[in-house]
Amino acid sequence: MTRYAMVIDTKTCIGCGDCVVACKTENKVPEGLNRDWVVEATSGTYPNLTTEFRSERCNHCSNATCVTLCPTGASHHWNDTNIVLVNADKCTGCKACIAACPYDARLVMHPDGYIDKCTFCHHRIEQGLDPACVSSCPTRCMHFGSLDDPHSKVNHLLKTRQHKVLIPETGNDPNVYYLT
Amino acid sequence: MSEELLVTARNNALIDPGLHIWTWEVAMYLFMGGMTAGIMIFSALMIVRDKEQVAPFATSRLALLAPIVLSLGMTTLFLDLEHKLFVYRFYTSFQITSPMSWGAWILIIVYPISVLQILSTIRVGYSSLASYVDRLTIGRLMVDWCERYRTEIAFAVIPFAVALGIYTGILLSAFGARPFWNSGVLGLLFLVSGMSTAAALVVLLARQRSERDLFTRIDLVLIFAEIALVVLSLISLASGSGQHIDALQSVMGGSYTLSFWVLFVGIGLLIPMVLELLEISGVSKSLAMLAPVLVIVGGYALRQVVIDAGQESTWTSYSTQYSAELLQRLPQSD
Repeated sequence: MTRYAMVIDTKTCIGCGDCVVACKTENKVPEGLNRDWVVEATSGTYPNLTTEFRSERCNHCSNATCVTLCPTGASHHWNDTNIVLVNADKCTGCKACIAACPYDARLVMHPDGYIDKCTFCHHRIEQGLDPACVSSCPTRCMHFGSLDDPHSKVNHLLKTRQHKVLIPETGNDPNVYYLT
Repeated sequence: MSEELLVTARNNALIDPGLHIWTWEVAMYLFMGGMTAGIMIFSALMIVRDKEQVAPFATSRLALLAPIVLSLGMTTLFLDLEHKLFVYRFYTSFQITSPMSWGAWILIIVYPISVLQILSTIRVGYSSLASYVDRLTIGRLMVDWCERYRTEIAFAVIPFAVALGIYTGILLSAFGARPFWNSGVLGLLFLVSGMSTAAALVVLLARQRSERDLFTRIDLVLIFAEIALVVLSLISLASGSGQHIDALQSVMGGSYTLSFWVLFVGIGLLIPMVLELLEISGVSKSLAMLAPVLVIVGGYALRQVVIDAGQESTWTSYSTQYSAELLQRLPQSD
């Protein structure tokens, strides 16, 4: 399995939301729905508070429960990569994948009745481009690439910077990393 | 403090602010699927144990209800699908890791087996209906064949009926993302509850005194088993990880406390248990018909509470300040 990862630097993210707008524009996401979003996480005791901004989306898990629990094979790993896509033509709208996602609400109910989600902009990856959210980031805090390539930017960042993934204890093996 | 706040708007349908993808349609299906399993199991067991004299209704008439109840349940399940025209996609593949896929195929297999089970007793149970079937040569031959292999059919029914009754619970327990469902006991709990509602149905519909007594005793045993399984699943949640302990709070002071303890445990288990004990010991028979009604209400309540509380249980929780109503206050431009 080819593993694509997104690496997001929480130290340089300013929470502007451009990634969210870029995604909606690029993927023509229907009104009222979002495939990505920004979280502001604050922790500590006043006055010693720390805040991190996280641009969040589907984690394109290597061991994705939304894929294993889909009854029709609509939810699948694209071309032997970790990129999780939904084939609208096979989707019955049973919503099992929504319940299966431990990251809670990482799939979107399309108004036409099938499940829609972040695709890591696989149509852009095929052309050698970065996902729309990564390309549009004004602070260049988002990075995308292959974990299998030892010289990739994402591998370099993960080797040299402290990082985390969200709730690794779910066992889903997520592929969106946050530099901390 | 530790606060996670959504700073971009997110109001995804059925997902925000809390998961609400499955409502009464799914709960009703889980209830009716469980009851169908119980109906088929008891019809088969009465034949295997040769109880025709004691329980004529369950032996030769009950089985006809199985496809009727199951079809009603599958109708509500269909209502839940968001992409209804693509329902056939359940049957263009088999996904071995998905209990829902197993369930879809179990449902398809259960129908013909249920028809064989009905045919094997139709001449005894529904003689006027049987006369229609007998008018066709193929119908007569089928009924002859089913009658000859009545016991074998009954034995074959049991594993598929058990699969139907147990898979719904396994399906929910397979969602590791929903800690409230994530208990291995859930499958057994649903099976026993489904059998209990079917036993209650027999008590309501059977005319013969001996049959009502037999199924009241069966139901009482099933209620005891169900209480034990409820306790086990609560222990399993209480002794789990942080997410499981949080999930348990929804029935221990949280939003579903009342419906779980009063509607399911109180009205659905404890009161019918007391009523059935009183009836069996001969103390009071005046409320005999109330117990099975309460058992059926409790069976539905269990499914509804589990569906609701499971969706509330989660690994993540974000606060959101977004309100769709605020959009209405923006000046409208043409």
